[in-house]
Amino acid sequence: MKTKLSHVGALESEAIHIIREVAAEFERPALLFSGGKDSILCLELALRAFAPAPIPFPIMHVDTGHNFPEVIDFRDRVVERTGVKLIVASVQKAIDEGKVVEDTGINASRNRLQTTALLDAIEEHKFDALFGGARRDEEKARAKERVYSFRDEFGQWDPKGQRPELWNLYNGRHKPGEHMRIFPISNWTELDVWNYIKDQDLEIPDVYYAHKREVFQRDGMWLAKTPFINMAEGEETEERMVRFRTIGDATCTGAVDSPATTIDQVIEEVGATRITERGATRADDRTAEAAMEDRKKEGYF
Amino acid sequence: MDLLRLATAGSVDDGKSTLIGRLLYDSKSIFEDQMEAIETTSKNKGEESVNLALLTDGLRAEREQGITIDVAHRYFATPKRKFIIGDTPGHTQYTRNMVTGASTADLAIVLIDARNGIVEQSRRHAFIASLLRIPHIVVAINKMDLVDFDEEVFENIRQEFTEFATKLDVPDLTFIPMSALLGDNVVDRSANMNWYQGATLLHHLEELHIASDRNMVDVRLPVQYVIRPQTDAHHDYRGYAGTVAGGIMKVGDEVAALPSGLSTRIKSIEVAGKPVDEANPGTAVVVLLEDEIDISRGDMICRVNNQPEVTQDVEAMICWMADGSQLTEGSKLAIKHTTNWARTIVKDMRYRLNINTLHRDEAATSLKLNEIGRVRLRITKPIFADKYRRNRTTGSFILVDEHTNVTVGAGMIIDTE
Repeated sequence: MKTKLSHVGALESEAIHIIREVAAEFERPALLFSGGKDSILCLELALRAFAPAPIPFPIMHVDTGHNFPEVIDFRDRVVERTGVKLIVASVQKAIDEGKVVEDTGINASRNRLQTTALLDAIEEHKFDALFGGARRDEEKARAKERVYSFRDEFGQWDPKGQRPELWNLYNGRHKPGEHMRIFPISNWTELDVWNYIKDQDLEIPDVYYAHKREVFQRDGMWLAKTPFINMAEGEETEERMVRFRTIGDATCTGAVDSPATTIDQVIEEVGATRITERGATRADDRTAEAAMEDRKKEGYF
Repeated sequence: MDLLRLATAGSVDDGKSTLIGRLLYDSKSIFEDQMEAIETTSKNKGEESVNLALLTDGLRAEREQGITIDVAHRYFATPKRKFIIGDTPGHTQYTRNMVTGASTADLAIVLIDARNGIVEQSRRHAFIASLLRIPHIVVAINKMDLVDFDEEVFENIRQEFTEFATKLDVPDLTFIPMSALLGDNVVDRSANMNWYQGATLLHHLEELHIASDRNMVDVRLPVQYVIRPQTDAHHDYRGYAGTVAGGIMKVGDEVAALPSGLSTRIKSIEVAGKPVDEANPGTAVVVLLEDEIDISRGDMICRVNNQPEVTQDVEAMICWMADGSQLTEGSKLAIKHTTNWARTIVKDMRYRLNINTLHRDEAATSLKLNEIGRVRLRITKPIFADKYRRNRTTGSFILVDEHTNVTVGAGMIIDTE
């Protein structure tokens, strides 16, 4: 019998504590689920937090319409296996209703449009707390964010006016129309997530493992050829052995060259890499030095 | 492998960012794209060398002003241990952010510039670390290269600091002479200071014994949530979920629930859905009991013969954190203690502490932003509390403004009567 908590045990307990605290104190929480590894981890921790009872809140997928089909299949299987309630907030619907206008040009992406679909869904369902799988090791603005991150009635984050957050005493108080973003795995690193997926034998979408795919190079990143992406003149596809380190909108999530087809190989690769996962794979963070901070202020995840 | 949370405090001038940068860089926790990004930014700003502060100063305003405003969290691991750094600002006007970053720390690093010796800021950082009862303090006497690696300089600072620390309550104090810039005694031993026989900083961080820092004696489980599946398979299941706040909980233990005072035995304990025989402080558990007794969120499970105080009156040290308001006698606020919310009123302002001189001003009538003082509080309902020095979880609370909903105070219980 171990008498001290291992570091992953400590992170697991911290996350479960946060999830239970939210379920106890908020009226209408929901868990943001993209089908990516971090949201899979959040869902798994939520299932464990309330076992053997079902989780007392729905999951919500903000669907850009530009998905990898493997990820949508995966999402639907998860819903069937766990019995959780799924809500889909559709960017396509927001476009069809004329609430947002799609970017054009070769770097067109629906990444930013997600914010509108997300904020609309929060309003429609009157959610007062949204769990997200953001981690502080991902990005410099996220490194500064609290576990309970307050959003005003416009969904805005105020990085300079964050509430003090002490011990494990979380303050979720807010007025009607305001809400909290909750980040239970703030203190996990990419490697922690992978080790947990391995130790607990969690299922993840196949695109995280190396596979052959038609890709083309842009800004030093491999982008997948999909029906949604506009290719510039001179950009040519080739078939390569790649895998994805993050999963987001298919038009701005890059793949990395990789031979890693098993979880052990992935962990070895992640442990040895010298590039952060967002640096390697996220075109959306490259537009400006403070791109993430600026998007978060508008209400992004 | 276990987890050590450490807090650093200081300003850019102390070499704090260089120190963190050195720890991250030498443990291969800075990635190439991060390094390239800060190199580009440094160059664009016309700085001569790479500014490592940019690694932790992630907000636009911080980069523009060249100061640390809020806590940044950084992560690194060695084969022996995983570390979370809460990097906090050192200036007086950001004391609340330092308190935020330090509240859960196992260890604090207080940086001293060897050229300047102990200054007001070093005293303040040490005091806040002791107020929050961070069990281990490392005094990093930095920039030894600028004082010719002189042992006497180190010795004088060590003696002066040790003397000052007798006024504080610091269980473990370690002094390390170093040069973060050159890397002396950070990860590798210094070739310039053979007179120093102690460990390097990283070695100290790796080998430090922290398992017994938590209270392993007084069993405390603040109930967070009652799990009742109400399904056919688990018809009679009634589990009390919470995070163990003290002591080791074991299956078969006789326990009591507060406020009812009724007792029973622990039938089983589950962690993340799996049964275990015992659970330590910090573990999120579900406890099932032999007898059905009325327990809900906010209640406390403890041992029959070892119970916290049940009280509506506490004496506490408060760090006030509000920009626009002051804490005075008669102030009414919301209070959160463990899993309980209640309301409280300030009955008496005992004194305000000068956090630089430790002088107690008993004539003070209010606390302003970043001020610390002792008050007496009356709470609308009984809480189940221990002294903070005995238990950092059941001895702490936050104060919240009922109109703005902002967290405006951090409280540490000195006495419960």
